[in-house]
Amino acid sequence: MNYGVIVFPGSNCDSDCFHAIRDEIKADIQYIWHEESSLPSKLDVLIIPGGFSYGDYLRCGAIAKFAKIMPEIVRFANGGGYVIGICNGFQILTESGLLPGALLRNQFQKFICKDIFLKVTNTESSFTRDFQKQQVITVPIAHGEGRYFIDKQGLQSLEDNGQIAFQYVSKSGDLTSEDNPNGSLKSIAGIFNKNKNVLGMMPHPERCNFVNRESLKILKIS
Amino acid sequence: MIVITPEIIKEHGLTPDEYEKIKTLLHREPNITELGMFSVLWSEHCAYKNSKPLLKKYPTTGKYVLQGPGENAGIVDIGDGVAISFKIESHNHPSAIEPYQGAATGAGGIIRDIFAMGARPIACLDSLRFGDIAKNRQNRHLFEYVVKGIGDYGNCVGIPTVAGEVYFEDTYDNNCLVNAMCVGVVQSGDKVISPLYGPIVKGVAKGEGNLVVYIGASTGRDGIHGATFASVELTAESTEKKSSVQVGDPFQEKLLIEACLELLKTDCVVGLGDMGAAGLTSSLSEMATRGNHGMEIDVALVPQREKNMTPYEIMLSESQERMVVIVEKGKEQKVFDILKKWDLHAIVIGKVTTNNQFTVLNNGVVAADIPASALTDDAPIYNRPYTKPAYLELTSKYSISALPDINNGNEPLLTLLGTPNIASKKWVYEQYDYMVQTNTEVIPGRADAAVLTIKDTNKRIAVKTDGNGRYTYLNPRVGGQICVAEASRNVACTGAVPIAMTNCLNFGNPEKPESFWQLKEAVEGMAEACVTLNTPVISGNVSLYNESEIGSIFPTPVVGILGIFEGDYKSMTMSFKAAEDIIYLVGETFNELGGSEYLKTIHQTISGEPPKIDLSLEKELQALTIAAIKGGLVNSAHDLADGGLAVALAECTFEHKLGAEINLSNELALRNDCILFGESQSRILFSVAKDKQEAFEKIFKNFKFQNIGKVTSNNHLKIKVSDKILVDLSGHKMDDNYMNSIQKIMGQI
Repeated sequence: MNYGVIVFPGSNCDSDCFHAIRDEIKADIQYIWHEESSLPSKLDVLIIPGGFSYGDYLRCGAIAKFAKIMPEIVRFANGGGYVIGICNGFQILTESGLLPGALLRNQFQKFICKDIFLKVTNTESSFTRDFQKQQVITVPIAHGEGRYFIDKQGLQSLEDNGQIAFQYVSKSGDLTSEDNPNGSLKSIAGIFNKNKNVLGMMPHPERCNFVNRESLKILKIS
Repeated sequence: MIVITPEIIKEHGLTPDEYEKIKTLLHREPNITELGMFSVLWSEHCAYKNSKPLLKKYPTTGKYVLQGPGENAGIVDIGDGVAISFKIESHNHPSAIEPYQGAATGAGGIIRDIFAMGARPIACLDSLRFGDIAKNRQNRHLFEYVVKGIGDYGNCVGIPTVAGEVYFEDTYDNNCLVNAMCVGVVQSGDKVISPLYGPIVKGVAKGEGNLVVYIGASTGRDGIHGATFASVELTAESTEKKSSVQVGDPFQEKLLIEACLELLKTDCVVGLGDMGAAGLTSSLSEMATRGNHGMEIDVALVPQREKNMTPYEIMLSESQERMVVIVEKGKEQKVFDILKKWDLHAIVIGKVTTNNQFTVLNNGVVAADIPASALTDDAPIYNRPYTKPAYLELTSKYSISALPDINNGNEPLLTLLGTPNIASKKWVYEQYDYMVQTNTEVIPGRADAAVLTIKDTNKRIAVKTDGNGRYTYLNPRVGGQICVAEASRNVACTGAVPIAMTNCLNFGNPEKPESFWQLKEAVEGMAEACVTLNTPVISGNVSLYNESEIGSIFPTPVVGILGIFEGDYKSMTMSFKAAEDIIYLVGETFNELGGSEYLKTIHQTISGEPPKIDLSLEKELQALTIAAIKGGLVNSAHDLADGGLAVALAECTFEHKLGAEINLSNELALRNDCILFGESQSRILFSVAKDKQEAFEKIFKNFKFQNIGKVTSNNHLKIKVSDKILVDLSGHKMDDNYMNSIQKIMGQI
């Protein structure tokens, strides 16, 4: 598998993703600058990393959607290429319309950085195939605007199409408000597009290099 | 033309004698721009004019030191081409007035000092001090927004905030302390170790005709006279000085980091400097002096964000996220290209000259013309008079003999665990991204110091900041020694060898003999500790004049210690790991309660002598601790600090929800409160698997240690002293007090 990670001005998890793929997943990866007008010809998986692209001015991810590389990313995704947006990358995917819904300010206003429990809600995707259905894994979050929101109709569509990838849960796998760190609708932490080749998630699997290493498998396409 | 009057001189924080000295150096009267430039560079903040003679007492060299004090930051060589640059700096006064921006720009400033050396910043640490948050809404406000300011800045710029400390004490009412440290990685030599790190670059300007290139954000009126402001006492009028507080933009900073590190991979950079305190004036004059050259710039070329700025304002502005690069003549196009890629200004504003003159033009007309060294090297130095403060007469005589001892430690322990000074700082560090860059092997709350791996190398480091204003108030010399010893002990408890130090001296007005005595004593104590513990000082900052209408703060030195792992052994954390492990208390306990958290919280008394410390014993303890961890003999290590043994034991049980059964013998017939809550120095708590007991005891054979009990699987703490139960508490109860106390208090906002 050949990976690429997009670098926007203000991306700050690009290098973390690069190292997670190269050093942990042991696959090839290259950086792709936001002003490029084309993607590398040999590319299977594209990561849109976390950070504060363009300073997150206006709204998280709102300026990144106008980046020069963006139409290429959309074309790549629509052609079936794998795309993973993490944290700010998830925000960029919703802003650019590759994923439905929006990410709002955390319920308690504050930025939160900590390990949380995630339930793998749908294992029928190339990102989640290596997990057991309903398996509880630990992945860290670090964001101020990660409260997932979508209208009623949108939620219905997500549920009908099995697009909910991950949900915040308790250690034993229960959906509770105490274990929903940012107030996301239905405790949603990550979603797929309909074809399940695009994944957006707020938690950072690339940060599982020391502990909870099993969660790195999200980045391993199979 | 503004006429310089005695009032104007005074407003600039200069004395009549200093003004005379300026005239002598210039052989004429300065104009207003020149006066402004002198005033900022001759402030305590830039010139160390009151503290320099004391700072000379620090050891600043050693086998690891590549760059000692005097540059943007110090550097130590940790082998195999890898070096670490680090420094701590204060942003106290700006944070007291505008906590969010004050703290944010404090973080931004220290980060720039690090990448100005060519290093990639990989971690930040913060030492914060506020008034009592339970008592006072203003203190909660300061605490809330300082933490938010640091978090928002560090999180956006992508540098993890990995460790630090937070204290609350009435003395910091209206004068909070915000000390930020940054740690970066740089190549020690020519060998490229990773595309992540730059080669070392210095803040020098040399080579006639080389270009002075301004990069980063444009210049506004914010922060004018920040350095002078940092060097006066806070008064009610200070709040009117709000214009002195700068506004930070972490996004610009992130771009600057990447652009500067990319620039350093080319062959066009001669020198690099941060425009920090005193802005263009200090960065340029210091670079010229270091390079033994002069400089000529035209302020009209400086990008300005406001209209009609005068040369005075441009030279003194402390607008953030600005750097200056000295570029080899003819290679400037490379600089322009890289900065354009990052969408940042890169403008030639002048050139390096051969004479030592710092010439500032405004559209070609001379606005200031000063020998660069007059601004830097010729700043006045004062040997201030000092007197031992009278309060010490009272506090040193305080005795605990009148204090009733305790027969039950449950209530005091629960109270102490919930006191904000001891309680978990989770509320703080969960607002910081402490994991970005994926180097944080040991995260906040898990050990006595943070442990970081260094990407693309086999190196690991441990870092910690520490300070104790209360001890230093009660005995500045001992307080200074303990603050170095404790930060160093914290690092040793992870298994890393402490190798170097940075420090921030937060003290009162040095012109007051009592304050100066505190400073002198503390620095001497710290210097002694640095010599014995082998941790030379490579960088630092002095923040004097920490006084408000209620008087001087407790003298508060804060130190940051860097340790390195010598090999690939496992780093150590503080939590008990397995039931049935044996618990050892290494070190000796005395009847010492002076300056303790127990005395303050339970008996509302800040008095007595702080615990004594034997520095050579401390050195040995740390060396043996590292040896035990290296040898894989221990399952946990935790330094005994605030709240003493009982608090430390409780802290060891939280992470894995284990418990402990302790039975202490009491041959010395010590008081129960001293055994449980005393803060005697040079003590560490270890848990050891049974099959490692023999080897462990062998390591500490010449040291005082006691097998005090074992780890239990039930989440409960039982402490007996001479078979009498003093503490008998469920883990759940302790955990709730410890974990949620600060959050509950802050919920009242």
